[in-house]
Amino acid sequence: MNNPILLIIQREFLSRVRKRTFLLVTILGPLVFAALLIVPGILASMPEEDKNVIVLDEAALIVPEKGKNEYQLEYLDPRENDLGSAKKFLVESSYDALLYIPTGENWDPDFIKNNILLFGKEDPSINMVQFLDGVVEDRLNKEKLLRNGVDPEVVAQSTTQVSIRSYTIGKDDEEDQQSATGLKMGLGYLAGVLIYFFIFLYAVMVMRGVIEEKSNRIVEVIISSVRPFQLMMGKILGIGAVGVAQFIIWVVLSGGVYFVVTNFLFPEMIATQAAAGPEGSGLNPVTGFEIYDQLRAINFPLILSGFVFYFFGGYFLYSAMFAALGSAIDQEADSQQFMMPVTVPMIIALVTAANVIQDPNGDLAFWMSMIPFTSPISMMIRLPFGIPIWEVILSGAILIVTFFAMVALASKIYRVGILMYGKKVTWKELYKWLKH
Amino acid sequence: MIKATNVTKRYSQKLALDAIDLSIPKGSVYGLLGPNGAGKTSFIRIMNQITAPDEGQVYFGDRALQPRDIARIGYLPEERGLYKKMKVGEQVLYLARLKGLSTAEAKLRAKKWFERLEMADFWEKKVEDLSKGMAQKVQFVTTVLHEPELLIFDEPFTGFDPINTNLIKREILRLSEEGATVIFSTHRMESVEEICDHIGLINNGQVMVEGPLLDIRKRYQNGTYSFVVKEAVEHWGDGTLIQESKHHTGHSYTLKFECYPGTVVSELAAKGTLVAFEEVLPSVQDIFIEIVENGAKLVPHE
Repeated sequence: MNNPILLIIQREFLSRVRKRTFLLVTILGPLVFAALLIVPGILASMPEEDKNVIVLDEAALIVPEKGKNEYQLEYLDPRENDLGSAKKFLVESSYDALLYIPTGENWDPDFIKNNILLFGKEDPSINMVQFLDGVVEDRLNKEKLLRNGVDPEVVAQSTTQVSIRSYTIGKDDEEDQQSATGLKMGLGYLAGVLIYFFIFLYAVMVMRGVIEEKSNRIVEVIISSVRPFQLMMGKILGIGAVGVAQFIIWVVLSGGVYFVVTNFLFPEMIATQAAAGPEGSGLNPVTGFEIYDQLRAINFPLILSGFVFYFFGGYFLYSAMFAALGSAIDQEADSQQFMMPVTVPMIIALVTAANVIQDPNGDLAFWMSMIPFTSPISMMIRLPFGIPIWEVILSGAILIVTFFAMVALASKIYRVGILMYGKKVTWKELYKWLKH
Repeated sequence: MIKATNVTKRYSQKLALDAIDLSIPKGSVYGLLGPNGAGKTSFIRIMNQITAPDEGQVYFGDRALQPRDIARIGYLPEERGLYKKMKVGEQVLYLARLKGLSTAEAKLRAKKWFERLEMADFWEKKVEDLSKGMAQKVQFVTTVLHEPELLIFDEPFTGFDPINTNLIKREILRLSEEGATVIFSTHRMESVEEICDHIGLINNGQVMVEGPLLDIRKRYQNGTYSFVVKEAVEHWGDGTLIQESKHHTGHSYTLKFECYPGTVVSELAAKGTLVAFEEVLPSVQDIFIEIVENGAKLVPHE
């Protein structure tokens, strides 16, 4: 005897995995994701074209500052020019921008700071404005210090950069572990965003599948062979399996890339880092080895298994809701108005991510990671910070229980919805189906 | 084969089936008739266990309908469709396996059917690349592939082109000869008389009339008779003329009488002009319209 749920899972899985787009998304997805992270950084650090700035420095504030590589500063004689002639000069010359520093009465630094103007032939880039701001600020600060009788040299010498190295104290015999707050924040955020992305992606896939079966009108044929509940669960599990396959491919791929990079491309770099040792790195606050040391402070098995668990928990919960929604509508275009309220909790979890990261053991973080509709995201954000295990277990248990309750509710709506055509469905209507 | 007792189905505002009793004999071709919204589809969905009745019981054979009976039923719903992106062959096998066939067995039978209906070259095609008529054939094969004892066709001819309609009529009759029980639901009466041997007429969730087609037509006989005579006849006693026509062998008349026109027949026979005399049974269409329009069970003429 064929088990119908297994057959459905198999069909849902194969029909998606065999599509060319699956392979494309699976392989290109991480590349695009990496590109999204890296490209803006590269773009920002790319050198700009050289810009020549002509300066009319009536206050004799920054003269004779030369500028730096991309921004060359040259000066007009303030005795022979005013702002009007300087602007005319800029238009006729090959200079890119004009910086105008006026002198007020009594050479008042606050007047000057408020009246500096920059004219560009094009919009001046943000980097250029920042650079010029810096130059001017530096001069004005020094000037103010001098007027108050303080030697700027003394101030410069007494400015101290502090970098505290923090540790989480080990219990009993455990070693103290260097805490890695920055790394944990990044990891938590990344995990939270990824899990949001995955849950949404696959839950919407379930909804699409349900709508497809309904608008193809094949659904009645299928449910004359299997129970609606089996069809719904088969679909949810089948698409979940697609997620697992994708995840495994990604883990294997990135493992492979890591292996190639460390063994063939930069083997000497790794070797140097390893040789340097903890003492060697003592002077330099963050070296590769330090990051390695910080990585040790993070419980990766917990985070990985947490990721898999919360992905499935969240996916099952949301995909059951999305399946019910899909059953209630005929056309995908109608899905928007219903999707919004359902996805709000996930969006709230994302929006509050910053607060959760700031205080991973606070009240907000605690409750957000207990409420099953937000816990997959909020708990993933907290997980790298190391939280009491009972909280993880409780949150997981709540998620599982809610999932079963949601599947029961969803299948009631689903059962009625898939056979209902041409009816504009309202929330009230959905509630009625629940009681059918 | 199927016996329904006191089956009631309520939807939120309306009573779709009002305590109906139906019995569908084994081996029959049973026409489940009724206007749109009469409750036919509700009853069909109950037989297919897509929905459960609120009250009453459906028997399959001599025991109550059970979940595993779905493997013995083939259902072609009114709203039909296939997975567009799936290949025909895969789809046929998938649907057959959902009905409990093994892959090997399903493949063997499907190939046979595809040969019979001249669709062998569909196998590797995607459904979206098929014409509508081709897809209809595929749909039909998926309904019958698991050799069900009970076949249920809901409005099978809507949307089918004339060639496929004929083909499917032929196949339905063949399956019936091979022993399958066929339920055939429609609100269009044209094909009922040539296919069905039993009918059940439902209106507003109630069974108006049920039984062997011929018996029902006899029960609804209302004194209409047809005559073929060699020479024109002027006087018909108390008969009301409904229709007359002239052709090369003589004249045809259809008349309605209050009671059996024995004297008229013997007079004409005595004159030697009577060629044929026949009782005209009402068509299913007539009975259907009469019942639906009068909205209540008629007392048939005795």
